[in-house]
Amino acid sequence: MDRYECNGCSYVYDESKGDIHNGYPAGTRFSALPADWCCPDCAVREKPDFLKLAEAAA
Amino acid sequence: MTTQTLATGTPAAWKDGKRGLWMMGVLWPALPLISAALALSTGMGLFWWLTPVVIYGVLPLLDRLVGEDRVNAPESAVAALENDRYYRMATFLFIPVQYICLIGGAWLAVSGGLPALDILGLAVSVGLVSGAGINTAHELGHKRENLERWLARITLAPAMYGHFYVEHNRGHHVRVATPEDPASSRLGESFYAFWPRSVWGSLTSAWHLEKVRLERQGKSVWNWRNDNLQSWAMTLVLFGALALWLGPIVLPFLIFQGFIGFSLLEVVNYLEHYGLVRQKEASGRYERCKPEHSWNSNHTVTNLMLYHLQRHSDHHANPMRRYQALRHFEQAPQLPSGYAGMIVVAMIPPLWRSLMDKRVLAHYQGDVTRANIHPPVREKILAKYGAMQPQTVEA
Repeated sequence: MDRYECNGCSYVYDESKGDIHNGYPAGTRFSALPADWCCPDCAVREKPDFLKLAEAAA
Repeated sequence: MTTQTLATGTPAAWKDGKRGLWMMGVLWPALPLISAALALSTGMGLFWWLTPVVIYGVLPLLDRLVGEDRVNAPESAVAALENDRYYRMATFLFIPVQYICLIGGAWLAVSGGLPALDILGLAVSVGLVSGAGINTAHELGHKRENLERWLARITLAPAMYGHFYVEHNRGHHVRVATPEDPASSRLGESFYAFWPRSVWGSLTSAWHLEKVRLERQGKSVWNWRNDNLQSWAMTLVLFGALALWLGPIVLPFLIFQGFIGFSLLEVVNYLEHYGLVRQKEASGRYERCKPEHSWNSNHTVTNLMLYHLQRHSDHHANPMRRYQALRHFEQAPQLPSGYAGMIVVAMIPPLWRSLMDKRVLAHYQGDVTRANIHPPVREKILAKYGAMQPQTVEA
Protein backbone atom coordinates (compact mmCIF):
# COMPACT_ATOMS: atom_id res chain seq x y z
CA MET A 1 0.00 0.00 0.00
CA ASP A 2 1.40 3.37 -1.03
CA ARG A 3 0.81 6.96 -0.05
CA TYR A 4 0.55 9.91 -2.41
CA GLU A 5 0.87 13.57 -1.47
CA CYS A 6 -0.80 16.62 -3.03
CA ASN A 7 1.92 18.98 -4.20
CA GLY A 8 -0.25 21.96 -3.32
CA CYS A 9 -1.80 21.47 0.11
CA SER A 10 0.05 18.38 1.47
CA TYR A 11 -3.08 16.22 1.69
CA VAL A 12 -2.01 12.56 1.67
CA TYR A 13 -3.99 9.85 -0.09
CA ASP A 14 -3.22 6.66 1.81
CA GLU A 15 -4.24 3.55 -0.15
CA SER A 16 -4.62 1.54 3.06
CA LYS A 17 -7.22 4.03 4.32
CA GLY A 18 -8.81 5.10 1.04
CA ASP A 19 -11.22 8.04 1.24
CA ILE A 20 -14.44 6.69 2.71
CA HIS A 21 -16.24 10.03 2.69
CA ASN A 22 -15.80 10.35 -1.05
CA GLY A 23 -16.68 6.72 -1.68
CA TYR A 24 -13.24 5.15 -2.10
CA PRO A 25 -13.01 2.21 0.35
CA ALA A 26 -9.86 1.33 2.25
CA GLY A 27 -7.48 -0.48 -0.08
CA THR A 28 -8.45 1.50 -3.18
CA ARG A 29 -5.29 1.83 -5.23
CA PHE A 30 -4.27 5.30 -6.33
CA SER A 31 -4.19 3.99 -9.89
CA ALA A 32 -7.84 2.93 -9.52
CA LEU A 33 -9.01 6.48 -8.75
CA PRO A 34 -10.81 8.13 -11.71
CA ALA A 35 -8.67 9.99 -14.24
CA ASP A 36 -10.38 13.28 -13.38
CA TRP A 37 -9.91 12.78 -9.64
CA CYS A 38 -8.68 15.85 -7.81
CA CYS A 39 -7.39 16.59 -4.32
CA PRO A 40 -10.35 16.29 -1.91
CA ASP A 41 -8.97 19.04 0.33
CA CYS A 42 -7.82 21.87 -1.96
CA ALA A 43 -9.50 20.70 -5.21
CA VAL A 44 -6.95 22.59 -7.31
CA ARG A 45 -4.47 19.76 -7.85
CA GLU A 46 -5.27 16.75 -10.01
CA LYS A 47 -4.20 13.14 -10.04
CA PRO A 48 -1.03 13.72 -12.13
CA ASP A 49 0.09 16.38 -9.62
CA PHE A 50 0.33 13.88 -6.75
CA LEU A 51 3.74 12.60 -5.67
CA LYS A 52 4.30 9.08 -4.39
CA LEU A 53 5.79 9.17 -0.90
CA ALA A 54 8.83 7.08 -0.04
CA GLU A 55 8.10 4.06 2.19
CA ALA A 56 7.91 5.42 5.72
CA ALA A 57 4.71 5.03 7.68
CA ALA A 58 3.32 1.51 7.64
CA MET B 1 -3.17 57.21 -1.96
CA THR B 2 -1.31 54.16 -0.79
CA THR B 3 -1.16 53.62 2.94
CA GLN B 4 1.67 51.13 2.92
CA THR B 5 4.14 49.99 0.35
CA LEU B 6 5.33 46.51 -0.47
CA ALA B 7 7.45 45.53 2.48
CA THR B 8 9.21 42.41 3.59
CA GLY B 9 10.42 42.92 7.14
CA THR B 10 12.59 40.52 9.04
CA PRO B 11 10.39 37.58 10.06
CA ALA B 12 11.11 37.73 13.79
CA ALA B 13 10.16 41.39 13.91
CA TRP B 14 7.21 41.09 11.54
CA LYS B 15 3.88 42.18 12.92
CA ASP B 16 0.56 42.13 11.12
CA GLY B 17 -0.43 45.78 10.90
CA LYS B 18 -4.03 44.76 10.32
CA ARG B 19 -4.27 42.33 13.27
CA GLY B 20 -6.57 44.37 15.51
CA LEU B 21 -8.52 45.75 12.57
CA TRP B 22 -9.82 42.32 11.55
CA MET B 23 -12.44 42.77 14.28
CA MET B 24 -14.17 45.17 11.86
CA GLY B 25 -15.46 42.01 10.21
CA VAL B 26 -17.39 41.32 13.42
CA LEU B 27 -18.60 44.87 13.99
CA TRP B 28 -20.03 45.84 10.62
CA PRO B 29 -22.61 42.99 10.49
CA ALA B 30 -24.15 44.75 13.50
CA LEU B 31 -25.14 47.64 11.20
CA PRO B 32 -28.81 46.57 10.93
CA LEU B 33 -28.98 46.58 14.75
CA ILE B 34 -27.38 50.02 14.91
CA SER B 35 -29.72 51.34 12.23
CA ALA B 36 -32.74 49.90 14.05
CA ALA B 37 -31.65 51.59 17.27
CA LEU B 38 -31.20 54.91 15.44
CA ALA B 39 -34.52 54.62 13.59
CA LEU B 40 -36.48 53.68 16.70
CA SER B 41 -34.90 56.31 18.95
CA THR B 42 -35.14 59.20 16.46
CA GLY B 43 -38.31 58.14 14.68
CA MET B 44 -36.54 58.80 11.36
CA GLY B 45 -37.48 56.04 8.90
CA LEU B 46 -34.47 56.76 6.69
CA PHE B 47 -32.21 55.06 9.22
CA TRP B 48 -33.70 51.68 8.26
CA TRP B 49 -31.69 52.07 5.03
CA LEU B 50 -28.38 52.81 6.72
CA THR B 51 -26.84 49.38 5.99
CA PRO B 52 -27.21 49.51 2.16
CA VAL B 53 -26.13 53.17 2.21
CA VAL B 54 -22.95 52.24 4.10
CA ILE B 55 -22.18 49.22 1.87
CA TYR B 56 -22.96 50.78 -1.51
CA GLY B 57 -22.07 54.40 -0.72
CA VAL B 58 -19.75 54.88 2.25
CA LEU B 59 -17.47 51.86 1.71
CA PRO B 60 -16.51 52.77 -1.88
CA LEU B 61 -15.66 56.28 -0.64
CA LEU B 62 -13.60 54.90 2.25
CA ASP B 63 -11.78 52.57 -0.18
CA ARG B 64 -10.84 55.62 -2.20
CA LEU B 65 -9.78 57.68 0.81
CA VAL B 66 -7.87 54.99 2.73
CA GLY B 67 -6.37 53.39 -0.37
CA GLU B 68 -4.50 50.15 -0.82
CA ASP B 69 -2.43 47.84 1.29
CA ARG B 70 -0.03 45.59 -0.64
CA VAL B 71 1.85 44.19 2.35
CA ASN B 72 2.52 40.46 2.31
CA ALA B 73 3.63 38.57 5.40
CA PRO B 74 7.13 37.13 4.91
CA GLU B 75 6.86 33.39 4.18
CA SER B 76 8.70 32.52 7.40
CA ALA B 77 6.00 34.29 9.44
CA VAL B 78 3.10 32.50 7.75
CA ALA B 79 3.00 29.37 9.94
CA ALA B 80 2.74 31.40 13.15
CA LEU B 81 0.21 33.71 11.52
CA GLU B 82 -1.97 30.80 10.44
CA ASN B 83 -1.80 29.15 13.88
CA ASP B 84 -2.71 32.32 15.77
CA ARG B 85 -6.21 31.45 16.97
CA TYR B 86 -7.19 35.10 17.30
CA TYR B 87 -7.82 35.20 13.55
CA ARG B 88 -10.16 32.25 13.80
CA MET B 89 -12.07 34.00 16.59
CA ALA B 90 -12.57 36.97 14.28
CA THR B 91 -14.52 34.67 11.95
CA PHE B 92 -16.37 32.75 14.69
CA LEU B 93 -17.65 35.95 16.34
CA PHE B 94 -19.36 36.98 13.11
CA ILE B 95 -21.90 34.20 13.58
CA PRO B 96 -23.65 35.35 16.81
CA VAL B 97 -23.84 38.89 15.42
CA GLN B 98 -25.35 37.54 12.19
CA TYR B 99 -27.95 35.47 14.05
CA ILE B 100 -28.90 38.32 16.42
CA CYS B 101 -29.50 40.47 13.30
CA LEU B 102 -31.65 37.84 11.64
CA ILE B 103 -33.70 36.93 14.69
CA GLY B 104 -34.00 40.53 15.92
CA GLY B 105 -34.86 41.69 12.40
CA ALA B 106 -37.53 39.02 11.98
CA TRP B 107 -39.06 39.92 15.34
CA LEU B 108 -39.08 43.66 14.53
CA ALA B 109 -40.58 43.06 11.08
CA VAL B 110 -43.47 41.08 12.56
CA SER B 111 -44.01 42.76 15.92
CA GLY B 112 -42.55 46.25 15.47
CA GLY B 113 -45.66 47.82 13.90
CA LEU B 114 -43.45 49.34 11.21
CA PRO B 115 -44.60 50.79 7.87
CA ALA B 116 -43.95 48.58 4.82
CA LEU B 117 -41.11 50.77 3.52
CA ASP B 118 -39.25 50.51 6.84
CA ILE B 119 -39.69 46.73 6.86
CA LEU B 120 -38.26 46.64 3.33
CA GLY B 121 -35.18 48.58 4.48
CA LEU B 122 -34.80 46.22 7.41
CA ALA B 123 -35.15 43.14 5.18
CA VAL B 124 -32.54 44.45 2.71
CA SER B 125 -30.19 45.21 5.62
CA VAL B 126 -30.58 41.78 7.24
CA GLY B 127 -30.20 40.20 3.78
CA LEU B 128 -26.90 41.98 3.20
CA VAL B 129 -25.62 40.55 6.49
CA SER B 130 -26.80 37.07 5.41
CA GLY B 131 -24.86 37.63 2.17
CA ALA B 132 -21.78 38.66 4.16
CA GLY B 133 -22.35 35.41 6.06
CA ILE B 134 -21.65 33.51 2.85
CA ASN B 135 -18.24 35.20 2.81
CA THR B 136 -17.59 34.09 6.39
CA ALA B 137 -18.82 30.59 5.52
CA HIS B 138 -16.47 30.66 2.54
CA GLU B 139 -13.47 31.27 4.78
CA LEU B 140 -14.60 28.57 7.23
CA GLY B 141 -15.67 26.01 4.63
CA HIS B 142 -12.24 25.75 3.02
CA LYS B 143 -10.65 24.42 6.21
CA ARG B 144 -9.90 20.88 7.30
CA GLU B 145 -11.10 21.32 10.89
CA ASN B 146 -14.57 19.88 11.55
CA LEU B 147 -15.60 22.78 13.80
CA GLU B 148 -14.96 25.33 11.07
CA ARG B 149 -16.72 23.22 8.46
CA TRP B 150 -19.82 22.91 10.67
CA LEU B 151 -19.83 26.61 11.43
CA ALA B 152 -19.64 27.29 7.68
CA ARG B 153 -22.96 25.57 7.17
CA ILE B 154 -24.59 27.32 10.11
CA THR B 155 -23.45 30.62 8.60
CA LEU B 156 -24.92 29.71 5.20
CA ALA B 157 -28.37 28.81 6.55
CA PRO B 158 -29.90 32.33 6.70
CA ALA B 159 -29.08 32.95 3.00
CA MET B 160 -30.73 29.61 2.01
CA TYR B 161 -27.49 28.71 0.23
CA GLY B 162 -26.31 25.57 2.02
CA HIS B 163 -25.28 23.92 -1.25
CA PHE B 164 -22.54 26.57 -1.62
CA TYR B 165 -20.60 24.45 0.88
CA VAL B 166 -20.54 21.61 -1.68
CA GLU B 167 -20.38 23.50 -4.95
CA HIS B 168 -17.80 26.13 -4.08
CA ASN B 169 -14.93 23.83 -3.12
CA ARG B 170 -15.58 20.86 -5.40
CA GLY B 171 -17.26 22.67 -8.32
CA HIS B 172 -16.18 26.29 -8.60
CA HIS B 173 -12.56 25.78 -7.54
CA VAL B 174 -12.11 22.88 -9.97
CA ARG B 175 -13.62 24.66 -12.98
CA VAL B 176 -12.90 28.30 -12.17
CA ALA B 177 -12.25 30.56 -15.16
CA THR B 178 -13.46 27.97 -17.66
CA PRO B 179 -16.62 28.11 -19.79
CA GLU B 180 -17.92 25.14 -17.76
CA ASP B 181 -18.06 27.04 -14.47
CA PRO B 182 -21.48 28.59 -13.77
CA ALA B 183 -19.89 30.97 -11.21
CA SER B 184 -17.26 32.47 -13.58
CA SER B 185 -18.73 35.39 -15.54
CA ARG B 186 -17.94 35.94 -19.21
CA LEU B 187 -16.91 38.95 -21.24
CA GLY B 188 -20.09 40.59 -22.54
CA GLU B 189 -22.34 38.87 -19.99
CA SER B 190 -24.36 41.27 -17.85
CA PHE B 191 -24.91 40.60 -14.16
CA TYR B 192 -28.59 40.00 -14.95
CA ALA B 193 -27.70 37.28 -17.47
CA PHE B 194 -25.14 35.83 -15.08
CA TRP B 195 -27.42 35.68 -12.02
CA PRO B 196 -29.83 32.94 -13.26
CA ARG B 197 -27.00 30.99 -14.92
CA SER B 198 -24.95 30.96 -11.73
CA VAL B 199 -27.86 30.37 -9.32
CA TRP B 200 -29.26 27.44 -11.32
CA GLY B 201 -25.91 26.08 -12.49
CA SER B 202 -24.46 26.05 -8.97
CA LEU B 203 -27.54 24.37 -7.54
CA THR B 204 -27.62 21.59 -10.14
CA SER B 205 -23.86 21.11 -9.95
CA ALA B 206 -23.96 20.78 -6.14
CA TRP B 207 -26.74 18.21 -6.44
CA HIS B 208 -24.80 16.25 -9.06
CA LEU B 209 -21.58 16.28 -7.01
CA GLU B 210 -23.32 14.79 -3.99
CA LYS B 211 -25.23 12.29 -6.15
CA VAL B 212 -21.98 10.98 -7.62
CA ARG B 213 -20.25 10.89 -4.22
CA LEU B 214 -23.10 8.99 -2.55
CA GLU B 215 -23.51 6.58 -5.46
CA ARG B 216 -19.83 5.71 -5.13
CA GLN B 217 -20.62 4.77 -1.53
CA GLY B 218 -23.51 2.66 -2.81
CA LYS B 219 -26.10 5.08 -1.42
CA SER B 220 -28.97 7.02 -2.96
CA VAL B 221 -28.80 10.80 -3.36
CA TRP B 222 -31.87 10.86 -1.10
CA ASN B 223 -29.87 10.04 1.99
CA TRP B 224 -29.40 12.13 5.12
CA ARG B 225 -25.65 12.02 4.50
CA ASN B 226 -26.21 14.24 1.45
CA ASP B 227 -24.43 17.46 2.46
CA ASN B 228 -26.91 19.52 0.41
CA LEU B 229 -29.91 18.03 2.20
CA GLN B 230 -28.22 18.51 5.58
CA SER B 231 -27.43 22.15 4.86
CA TRP B 232 -30.88 22.94 3.48
CA ALA B 233 -32.40 21.25 6.54
CA MET B 234 -30.60 23.83 8.69
CA THR B 235 -32.43 26.61 6.81
CA LEU B 236 -35.74 24.75 7.19
CA VAL B 237 -35.23 24.29 10.92
CA LEU B 238 -34.18 27.93 11.37
CA PHE B 239 -37.05 29.39 9.32
CA GLY B 240 -39.50 26.84 10.76
CA ALA B 241 -38.58 27.75 14.34
CA LEU B 242 -38.99 31.47 13.59
CA ALA B 243 -42.35 30.79 11.92
CA LEU B 244 -43.53 28.81 14.96
CA TRP B 245 -42.53 31.68 17.23
CA LEU B 246 -43.63 34.67 15.14
CA GLY B 247 -46.22 33.08 12.86
CA PRO B 248 -45.99 32.16 9.17
CA ILE B 249 -46.20 35.90 8.35
CA VAL B 250 -42.43 36.02 9.00
CA LEU B 251 -41.69 33.70 6.06
CA PRO B 252 -41.89 36.32 3.26
CA PHE B 253 -39.43 38.46 5.27
CA LEU B 254 -37.06 35.53 5.71
CA ILE B 255 -37.22 34.42 2.09
CA PHE B 256 -36.76 37.95 0.78
CA GLN B 257 -33.71 38.62 2.97
CA GLY B 258 -32.27 35.26 1.85
CA PHE B 259 -32.74 36.29 -1.77
CA ILE B 260 -30.89 39.57 -1.08
CA GLY B 261 -28.19 37.57 0.71
CA PHE B 262 -27.42 35.05 -2.02
CA SER B 263 -27.74 37.74 -4.68
CA LEU B 264 -24.96 39.64 -2.91
CA LEU B 265 -22.83 36.51 -3.20
CA GLU B 266 -23.70 36.19 -6.89
CA VAL B 267 -22.74 39.79 -7.71
CA VAL B 268 -19.42 39.18 -5.95
CA ASN B 269 -19.00 35.96 -7.97
CA TYR B 270 -19.71 38.04 -11.07
CA LEU B 271 -16.77 40.37 -10.54
CA GLU B 272 -14.19 37.85 -9.38
CA HIS B 273 -13.35 36.21 -12.74
CA TYR B 274 -15.07 38.39 -15.38
CA GLY B 275 -13.80 37.45 -18.85
CA LEU B 276 -10.79 35.52 -17.55
CA VAL B 277 -10.14 32.01 -18.80
CA ARG B 278 -7.65 29.19 -18.36
CA GLN B 279 -6.26 27.87 -21.63
CA LYS B 280 -6.37 24.17 -22.49
CA GLU B 281 -3.08 22.32 -22.58
CA ALA B 282 -2.13 19.74 -25.22
CA SER B 283 -3.23 16.96 -22.81
CA GLY B 284 -6.77 18.35 -22.88
CA ARG B 285 -6.54 19.47 -19.25
CA TYR B 286 -6.99 23.11 -18.39
CA GLU B 287 -3.86 24.88 -17.28
CA ARG B 288 -3.67 25.18 -13.50
CA CYS B 289 -5.44 28.20 -12.01
CA LYS B 290 -2.87 31.01 -11.84
CA PRO B 291 -2.91 34.53 -10.36
CA GLU B 292 -3.91 35.89 -13.77
CA HIS B 293 -7.28 34.08 -13.57
CA SER B 294 -8.90 36.19 -10.82
CA TRP B 295 -9.60 39.89 -10.34
CA ASN B 296 -8.08 41.35 -7.20
CA SER B 297 -8.26 44.40 -5.05
CA ASN B 298 -5.92 45.57 -2.30
CA HIS B 299 -8.32 48.19 -1.00
CA THR B 300 -7.79 48.09 2.75
CA VAL B 301 -11.27 48.83 4.09
CA THR B 302 -13.19 46.27 2.03
CA ASN B 303 -10.46 43.67 2.53
CA LEU B 304 -10.83 44.03 6.30
CA MET B 305 -14.57 43.50 5.99
CA LEU B 306 -14.26 40.49 3.70
CA TYR B 307 -11.39 38.54 5.31
CA HIS B 308 -9.07 39.32 2.37
CA LEU B 309 -11.48 37.76 -0.15
CA GLN B 310 -10.27 40.37 -2.63
CA ARG B 311 -6.81 38.81 -2.63
CA HIS B 312 -8.59 36.33 -4.77
CA SER B 313 -5.73 35.06 -6.92
CA ASP B 314 -3.82 33.68 -3.96
CA HIS B 315 -7.02 32.17 -2.62
CA HIS B 316 -7.58 30.24 -5.86
CA ALA B 317 -3.97 29.17 -6.12
CA ASN B 318 -3.89 28.11 -2.44
CA PRO B 319 -7.46 27.55 -1.22
CA MET B 320 -6.32 26.15 2.13
CA ARG B 321 -4.41 29.31 3.05
CA ARG B 322 -6.04 31.23 5.89
CA TYR B 323 -7.27 34.73 5.16
CA GLN B 324 -4.69 36.56 7.26
CA ALA B 325 -1.89 35.01 5.18
CA LEU B 326 -3.27 35.69 1.68
CA ARG B 327 -0.87 37.59 -0.56
CA HIS B 328 -0.95 40.34 -3.09
CA PHE B 329 0.58 39.32 -6.45
CA GLU B 330 2.03 41.96 -8.75
CA GLN B 331 0.98 40.03 -11.86
CA ALA B 332 -2.65 39.59 -10.75
CA PRO B 333 -5.24 41.72 -12.56
CA GLN B 334 -6.57 44.51 -10.35
CA LEU B 335 -10.08 45.94 -10.12
CA PRO B 336 -10.33 49.74 -10.14
CA SER B 337 -12.04 49.70 -6.73
CA GLY B 338 -12.89 47.32 -3.89
CA TYR B 339 -15.80 44.91 -4.14
CA ALA B 340 -18.25 47.36 -2.50
CA GLY B 341 -17.81 49.90 -5.29
CA MET B 342 -17.59 47.25 -8.00
CA ILE B 343 -20.88 45.58 -7.04
CA VAL B 344 -22.63 48.90 -7.57
CA VAL B 345 -20.95 49.14 -10.98
CA ALA B 346 -21.90 45.52 -11.80
CA MET B 347 -25.56 46.32 -11.21
CA ILE B 348 -25.35 48.96 -13.98
CA PRO B 349 -24.28 46.84 -17.00
CA PRO B 350 -23.29 49.67 -19.42
CA LEU B 351 -21.05 51.20 -16.73
CA TRP B 352 -19.55 47.78 -15.95
CA ARG B 353 -18.82 47.10 -19.61
CA SER B 354 -17.21 50.49 -20.14
CA LEU B 355 -14.96 50.05 -17.08
CA MET B 356 -14.14 46.36 -17.33
CA ASP B 357 -14.15 45.24 -20.97
CA LYS B 358 -11.09 47.36 -21.74
CA ARG B 359 -9.32 45.89 -18.71
CA VAL B 360 -10.02 42.34 -19.91
CA LEU B 361 -8.74 43.32 -23.33
CA ALA B 362 -5.60 44.93 -21.90
CA HIS B 363 -5.03 41.83 -19.76
CA TYR B 364 -4.95 39.73 -22.95
CA GLN B 365 -2.77 42.30 -24.79
CA GLY B 366 -5.64 43.17 -27.08
CA ASP B 367 -6.26 39.56 -28.17
CA VAL B 368 -9.94 39.20 -27.31
CA THR B 369 -10.00 35.58 -28.53
CA ARG B 370 -8.07 34.62 -25.38
CA ALA B 371 -10.91 35.85 -23.13
CA ASN B 372 -13.90 33.89 -21.80
CA ILE B 373 -16.55 35.34 -24.15
CA HIS B 374 -20.28 35.07 -23.50
CA PRO B 375 -21.49 32.85 -26.41
CA PRO B 376 -24.67 34.82 -27.30
CA VAL B 377 -22.63 37.99 -27.95
CA ARG B 378 -19.48 36.31 -29.25
CA GLU B 379 -19.75 37.61 -32.83
CA LYS B 380 -20.54 41.11 -31.61
CA ILE B 381 -17.57 41.14 -29.24
CA LEU B 382 -15.20 39.78 -31.89
CA ALA B 383 -16.41 42.40 -34.37
CA LYS B 384 -16.18 45.21 -31.82
CA TYR B 385 -12.67 44.45 -30.65
CA GLY B 386 -11.30 43.84 -34.10
CA ALA B 387 -10.47 40.17 -33.76
CA MET B 388 -10.51 37.82 -36.71
CA GLN B 389 -13.60 35.67 -37.12
CA PRO B 390 -13.17 32.24 -35.48
CA GLN B 391 -13.60 30.46 -38.88
CA THR B 392 -10.63 32.43 -40.22
CA VAL B 393 -8.57 31.53 -37.19
CA GLU B 394 -9.31 27.84 -37.53
CA ALA B 395 -8.78 27.78 -41.32
